[in-house]
Amino acid sequence: MDAPLRLIAGNPLDQLAKTIEALLVVASAPLSVQELAEAADDHPERVEAALGLVGERYREGRSGVVLEHVAGGWAYRASREAAEACARLFEKPAQRNLSQAAMETLAIVAYLGPCTRPDIAHIRGVAADSAVASLLERGLISEAGREDAAGGAIRYRTTPLFERVFGLESLSQLPRLDDLGGDVAEIRERLHQVAEKRTA
Amino acid sequence: MIVRELELDLDAFEGPFDLLLTLVLKDELDLRDVDVAGIVLSFLERLFERDELDLDACGEFLVLISALLELKARGLFPEEAAELAELEPEAAAEELARRLAEYRRMKEAAAWLRERLESEGERFFRIGPAPLAPKVDVQLAPQDPERLAAALRVLAVPPPEVSLSHMALRFPPVGQFLERFRSVLRRRTRFDFDAEVGELTRIEQAVALLALLELRRNGEVSIEQAAPFAPIRISRTDVEREASWTLRSA
Repeated sequence: MDAPLRLIAGNPLDQLAKTIEALLVVASAPLSVQELAEAADDHPERVEAALGLVGERYREGRSGVVLEHVAGGWAYRASREAAEACARLFEKPAQRNLSQAAMETLAIVAYLGPCTRPDIAHIRGVAADSAVASLLERGLISEAGREDAAGGAIRYRTTPLFERVFGLESLSQLPRLDDLGGDVAEIRERLHQVAEKRTA
Repeated sequence: MIVRELELDLDAFEGPFDLLLTLVLKDELDLRDVDVAGIVLSFLERLFERDELDLDACGEFLVLISALLELKARGLFPEEAAELAELEPEAAAEELARRLAEYRRMKEAAAWLRERLESEGERFFRIGPAPLAPKVDVQLAPQDPERLAAALRVLAVPPPEVSLSHMALRFPPVGQFLERFRSVLRRRTRFDFDAEVGELTRIEQAVALLALLELRRNGEVSIEQAAPFAPIRISRTDVEREASWTLRSA
């Protein structure tokens, strides 16, 4: 028996989803809902609903292209299944061979930024010049004005690329500093122990 | 002269320089006990003995000794310690603990980031333009070497030289006007400059004025002008002298 022919009326939300797909394909950086709404000339609420449709179509395991919420916006990335093939196609210079000094500097800028080189040096106890230069070159941090207007030290903050490389929706996804090690009481205790050993 | 083999005899250490460096770097010798000036003196003595300047050795020594000095200075006056020294012992310990805790938190944050980077290592995304643009395969039509040679031959011909003669200012020689004025003065004892050169071009008038000044310098003429822009009158000097002589004798 023949199935009855069903005519599906053009769904405007589906149309908007197609437009959003196209916008995400041509963009080279994550697009915020606001940017998508302006480009698609539609309401942000509807864009969010349409993003739900697009996200369902491009989710891990279903497609080689995956929609993700990253760095305060929406962007496509390759699926994890395709990572090996992607790695053979091109390398990832932004995160290659990051030194321990660069990693610590990056953590300080991510948590305390915008902050200056002296701020970083104060925490790490050594000059941060080369680590800052390396992070700037990789595009993981960028300049963010100067301390006390003109003449002050240059301030740095992390870039959207940083959030993207580390797969963060925003900096608020970083673990809370209080949850990280560094209990003052415990360290004070250890200092006293060392001091006692010396005087003994 | 090999700097690393420099023999040292200090209170805290006796032996070659490179052993001292090794011990310091391994923390087996406290730099605070090492007399850096003593090392410098030993090196200078060896340098004088040799009686010639070994620039390579001096350079190497300077690098090593300055590194050693920096290490020692840091050990003796750590910046943090200097700031902390102004505090009471309890407060200083508290401040030190606070700073250490802050640094340790950042170290852990860095460790977290590194872990995150490793777990997110499989994330690939586009940054900037697409990395691979299709290569355009340019096909050349079959070419004849003779045509290439002909084209090169055309290029090899030197271009015609462009004449710049119209751009140069051409001055008549000053001598021409010297002769002209002298011949005028042979016929007349005085003349009016403007009347004489009035029909000439501006450039020629300028050269004529130079010729006039030349005659004046030689003492052949005297020049009179009643007021600026008034006619310039030129007269033969010998006539002038005669006139004044006549006047005085009168």
